[in-house]
Amino acid sequence: MLYGYFPSLLAGAWVTLQVALLSLLLALALGLAGASSRLSSHAVLRLPATAYTTVVRGIPDLVMMLLVFYGGQMAVNRVTDALGWDYVDVNPFVAGVATLGFIFGAYFTETFRGAFLAVPVGQLEAGRAYGMSRAQVFRRILVPQMLRHALPGLGNNWQVMQKSTALVSIIGLSDITWLADQAGRTTREPFVFYLAVCVFYLALTALSGLALRWLEGRYSVGVRKATA
Amino acid sequence: MIEWSLFSESWPQYAAGLWLTLQLTVFALAAGLVCAIPLAVLRVSPNPWVHGPVWLYGYFFRGTPMLVQLLLMYYGLGQFEWMQAQWADGNRFWLVLRDPYGCALLTFALNTCAYTIEILAGALRATPHGEIEAARACGMSRFTMLRRILLPGALRRALPAYSNEIIFMLHGTAIASTITLVDLTGAARNAYSQFFAPFEAFVFAGLIYLALTFALVGLFRLAERRWLAHLQPRKALHKPA
Repeated sequence: MLYGYFPSLLAGAWVTLQVALLSLLLALALGLAGASSRLSSHAVLRLPATAYTTVVRGIPDLVMMLLVFYGGQMAVNRVTDALGWDYVDVNPFVAGVATLGFIFGAYFTETFRGAFLAVPVGQLEAGRAYGMSRAQVFRRILVPQMLRHALPGLGNNWQVMQKSTALVSIIGLSDITWLADQAGRTTREPFVFYLAVCVFYLALTALSGLALRWLEGRYSVGVRKATA
Repeated sequence: MIEWSLFSESWPQYAAGLWLTLQLTVFALAAGLVCAIPLAVLRVSPNPWVHGPVWLYGYFFRGTPMLVQLLLMYYGLGQFEWMQAQWADGNRFWLVLRDPYGCALLTFALNTCAYTIEILAGALRATPHGEIEAARACGMSRFTMLRRILLPGALRRALPAYSNEIIFMLHGTAIASTITLVDLTGAARNAYSQFFAPFEAFVFAGLIYLALTFALVGLFRLAERRWLAHLQPRKALHKPA
């Protein structure tokens, strides 16, 4: 199948999947931290978080990725030179995951911020009145309800994010797009291989869509739906 | 130790790149919107033979990365002998697909069209039913109703979502630099390889994109104040003394 390049594309698909999932984890962590800082009453926390979301959402992901990859290499070189260490190579995998996580962390910050605000304050107060600690209120009351409001936004961002992973091929990571490019050049049938990449991404987005619908159903149990 | 010579020597390339970025963004968005309006009307049709093909087109373009679509168009189509024969004949129409500019414009337009169809279709479905009944009661034909009632309302409602699409497109055009075009990102990549100064090269481009994004956000805020005035928070009529 695919002139014997099928296993190679499969390996590339695995790399793409790893990039997507790891940057999702990073983005979720950054998003939660960012949303907490944006809602903080201290300007020291609020202002950097606001600057983060504003600047990141104003710059194309490719420019950011090139900056992190080439700029990161230069920064690492300066540090290793100063310390007299050997040359350290900035890995495109690390640069790709870091960039995608950093960018989508900014989008997740906005999603989580809105979701935190959507949970009625009275419920948090009631939790405190029952003698729950702040951490318990966060875990038992805020997060489960916040997730229901955040899921549609998180889902949209995740769908955009999966497609952004193709950009890592530009900084030379052997993901599915990069490997398809190589196979297309060798066999002189680039159309076939790019089409195979499209099929992979379609399957990925379709699967994610199903998973999200299931999650949304799960987190909306107990919410009455308006039926016409 | 900032490499200042990068700015003094490369700014004309950045300016030319900015011009190309703006062209690609504006032309792709315009073409995408013009095609999306009739297709969105077909998309909300109850007939599966009408909305099915439009859905399929949107499903492909919204489910795959724009980078892969661009590579498919620019490098992929050349594999077909029929296409090569058309190019050898010098067929004006098909030569567009050998030109990186033509490929980029076509891919971006097809991509933004797919997203815009969904935005507009959502806005069309949100039309209050009373408006449709009132239009029918006034004796409007389907086309008149579409022109006077459905589309003006839907286009207004679509404005906030469409402003996001415009910013996505502006940022999305950055991948044009992968098929040899020297847009703003391409200029930054050239400046980087010439001066080996990644921070200066990419931060400069990033700041220009940031300024463009802010300008667009500001413009859309004005547009929403004009066309979505009825949704603005009500201003107090009497100021408390």
